[in-house]
Amino acid sequence: MNAPDTGLLKQHLIDPEICIRCNTCEATCPVGAITHNDDNYVVDAEKCNFCMDCISPCPTGSIDNWRTVPRAKAYTVDEQFGWEALPAELTPDQLAEAGVAAEGEADAAAEGPGGALGASASSSAFGGAEAAAAPGEAAFNSAAFNASLPPWSAAHAYTNLYGPKNPTTATVVGNVKVNEAGTENETHHIVLDFGRMPFPVLEGQSIGIVPPGADASGRPHHARQYSIASPRNGERPGYNNLSLTVKRVTADHQGRPVRGVCSNYLCDLKPGDTVQVIGPFGTSFLMPNHPRSNIVMICTGTGSAPMRAMTEWRRRLRKSGKFEGGRLMLFFGARTREELPYFGPLMSLPKDFIDINFAFSRTPGAPKRYVQDLMRERSADLAGLLKDEDTYVYVCGLKSMEEGVVLALRDIAQQAGLSWDTLGAALKREGRLHLETY
Amino acid sequence: MSSINYTDKIPNNVDLSQDKALQRALEHWQPNYLQWWHDLGPEGSQSFDVYLRTAVSVDPQGWAQFGYVKMPEYRWGIFLNPREEGREVNFGEHKGEAAWQEVPGEHRANLRRIIVTQGDTEPASVEQQRHLGLTAPSQYDLRNLFQVNVEEGRHLWAMVYLLHKYFGRDGREEADAMLQRHSGDADHPRILGAFNEKTPDWLSFYMFTYFTDRDGKFQLCALAESGFDPLARTTKFMLTEEAHHMFVGESGISRVIARTCEVMNQLKTDDPAKVRAAGVIDLATIQRYLNFHFSVTIDLFGADESSNAAIFYNSGLKGRFEETKRDDDHRLQGRTYKVLAVQNGQLVEREVPMLNALNEVLRDDYIKDSIAGVNRWNKVIEKAGLPFRLVAPHKAFNRKIGALSGVRVSPDGRVVSEAEWAAHEREWLPSAEDRAFVASLMGRVVEPGKFANWIAPPVMGINRQPVDFEYVRFN
Ligand SMILES: Cc1cc2nc3c(=O)[nH]c(=O)nc-3n(C[C@H](O)[C@H](O)[C@H](O)COP(=O)(O)OP(=O)(O)OC[C@H]3O[C@@H](n4cnc5c(N)ncnc54)[C@H](O)[C@@H]3O)c2cc1C
Ligand code: SF4
Ligand code: SF4
Repeated sequence: MNAPDTGLLKQHLIDPEICIRCNTCEATCPVGAITHNDDNYVVDAEKCNFCMDCISPCPTGSIDNWRTVPRAKAYTVDEQFGWEALPAELTPDQLAEAGVAAEGEADAAAEGPGGALGASASSSAFGGAEAAAAPGEAAFNSAAFNASLPPWSAAHAYTNLYGPKNPTTATVVGNVKVNEAGTENETHHIVLDFGRMPFPVLEGQSIGIVPPGADASGRPHHARQYSIASPRNGERPGYNNLSLTVKRVTADHQGRPVRGVCSNYLCDLKPGDTVQVIGPFGTSFLMPNHPRSNIVMICTGTGSAPMRAMTEWRRRLRKSGKFEGGRLMLFFGARTREELPYFGPLMSLPKDFIDINFAFSRTPGAPKRYVQDLMRERSADLAGLLKDEDTYVYVCGLKSMEEGVVLALRDIAQQAGLSWDTLGAALKREGRLHLETY
Repeated sequence: MSSINYTDKIPNNVDLSQDKALQRALEHWQPNYLQWWHDLGPEGSQSFDVYLRTAVSVDPQGWAQFGYVKMPEYRWGIFLNPREEGREVNFGEHKGEAAWQEVPGEHRANLRRIIVTQGDTEPASVEQQRHLGLTAPSQYDLRNLFQVNVEEGRHLWAMVYLLHKYFGRDGREEADAMLQRHSGDADHPRILGAFNEKTPDWLSFYMFTYFTDRDGKFQLCALAESGFDPLARTTKFMLTEEAHHMFVGESGISRVIARTCEVMNQLKTDDPAKVRAAGVIDLATIQRYLNFHFSVTIDLFGADESSNAAIFYNSGLKGRFEETKRDDDHRLQGRTYKVLAVQNGQLVEREVPMLNALNEVLRDDYIKDSIAGVNRWNKVIEKAGLPFRLVAPHKAFNRKIGALSGVRVSPDGRVVSEAEWAAHEREWLPSAEDRAFVASLMGRVVEPGKFANWIAPPVMGINRQPVDFEYVRFN
């Protein structure tokens, strides 16, 4: 692959202090990215495509190491040959010196495993599906079940066509609110057009928006990531455009009032304004394309964006008579009905096309219900779907939902007599469970 | 066809059920194998649930699956790496021919001998290690021992499959004989000397898995180059499993050293007596164990000059380590290689035809690889700020095979008199007292997360599990 310069790279490295030089990884790597000299086994950053084939066969775990570096300054093979220990992570200042975005979550734009998914979904999840093979023994680690591979029938995704150093420009062609005005979680549906610039995307991918201006210490803002809410052939079919679902951030995760840099900027844009875009990102949170594949979607808030994209693509296929079936099941959580984005359009989808379940946690007078509660209520149907090897599960939204959702999946599987050890590992291995939470 | 059929009695990815005669023959061998495992497999391990790695396919995603298994129920099976289209014989006089899918008649006897010799080492390790479960320094280590054990058992299966499938009746008899020979047995010992040595304690076990299983790596690498394709494919897959064994050894010694250094620093002493009194193994003893296992293992490569090695190579049966990565003519006619000999009481190097020196070539590759690991242990000592350094002994030290077997050579490579040898033997090789001291430290520790006093915990758990994970369930 001819990767463009995207500024940041999540470089794959081997820990020389733990590696026993057994050669397993070199023998495994399908693209010959691993090589050795008398001292060390090393990964060639030019060749590694993050396929992760080498991770689980390594007997020591030393191969599962990653460092965010400016792409132009990736550690060379020769440099690595000389190492006695792994270098420390570069500090934000060192990254800034190298002229690339250096915020804590700079990973968001780093090319690499899950790099496009931000730090949350990256290295911790890799090589670890089996880590949770004995549920209840160790602390449950939902991320360990996250697949690093796309469904086998997914279309090929382009990634990193534009990096922080060479963003492309898109024009805003639409900006509407998609939930009731005045709610705390005001959410906008924003349509961006790329004109003549190539920007091929698939459902489930995300893009980065570079907000204008600089932060408190005078550095340019780093890019924020947003999931694509439209299908592959455009928000408007046949146009070179896509849509985003953006929540206006008015408080931080702890609830303290704060004005989000990028989200407010986006929500306030007017048609005709232009934005700087990088990406696209994401190689695994992609939808299956084979007939009769089922999709289970679990989301909260703006986590609905990729679900909207996938649902809309299936709807278009069905309308054109090109899709033979496969069930869609959606679990969607919000605080109230009023806050839930796309409530109206969702309600108008035919029941025989998609099975929709809403969970509201703050409806006055009603008990709090979260997506995992709804999942348990629908366990009979979910169990049936989990038994079907053509079922793909997607989870997107707030970080805090992830563990509860995966635990619910586990319990539903086990009550249905399925071994979660086996199923969870298979879901991961076969690219059938995808978690994207932020 | 990389996924493994686990519904058959003998799990396999070679379509065993398509070959009824072979299937019956192997199913006939299996009860004897299980009986052997029952009698000579790890002591007292029959009813535990052990967190083991099992392959469900031979590709990267499938071959390292973890879960609890009772050891006698481990699904030993026959796994070959997928066939490489258009693979050729890459060395020797048949270089350039299509790799053989059947045994070439003229090489039948030699090939059988190679496979039997390799196969014989596998049950030997199991027998050598059978008592160690009773003295494991932790649950983590106990699991690792068991993992090594079941994989040695599986490697036996790999070789037995080749014997049964390709060598007819002789093959079946050889396979039976492998279960009849026993490590250290006076009447029916294992073929290779090192596999008749006891593995009496965990320091020996780590040394064995570091040094002797590394011999396995080099032998398997050489066989993975074989022009006989089924052998190449089986050994390729065995190599991925063997890596774990070397890991157990390398990290095991490293942890012993780390703990010793920690205690030395606490007590501010390098006096072996004080170190021992604190219940850890002094570095000098570790050095002596190293000397022993290194020298015994390099004997496994065979005589320095060997016409068999030349024949094996010439006929495309057994290549060199990383054969296809070397840029020479892969025929080696008219080339020479240096081997050691004794002349006038001194070690000298002699040039001999390289084809005859292939054992030495493999041994030297092995030595280089081994020493690199010894240097990694030294980093642990260095980090602790101590001046001591471990060294691999000279290649001629304590040899029992080949041209050097008749001479006494010190660890630093001087030919010495019998008297000098006798005077220093206790400094160079583990003495009965050393072994007794190490044995005195061996006590069973099985509470999750607890480790015997003489060894440090590992840097990380198996399969990234926490170190205090329940690796073995005892009920
Ligand atoms: C793969 C991926 C996909 C994403 N998809 C979407 C999407 O489709 N729509 C969308 O709106 N966002 C999405 N996000 C989140 C998005 O990238 C930003 O984090 C978010 O929009 C806030 O950016 P900001 O610049 O407005 O706030 P900042 O100025 O970066 O942060 C302001 C404060 O708000 C907190 N904060 C950050 N994000 C949130 C949040 N979402 N809710 C509450 N507090 C927050 C920060 O911790 C900080 O304290 C996605 C993130 C990832 C990693
Ligand atoms: S991740 Fe894939 S490409 Fe990269 S080194 Fe490992 S096996 Fe090779
Ligand atoms: S597989 Fe792991 S231990 Fe073996 S050489 Fe590669 S990184 Fe090192």
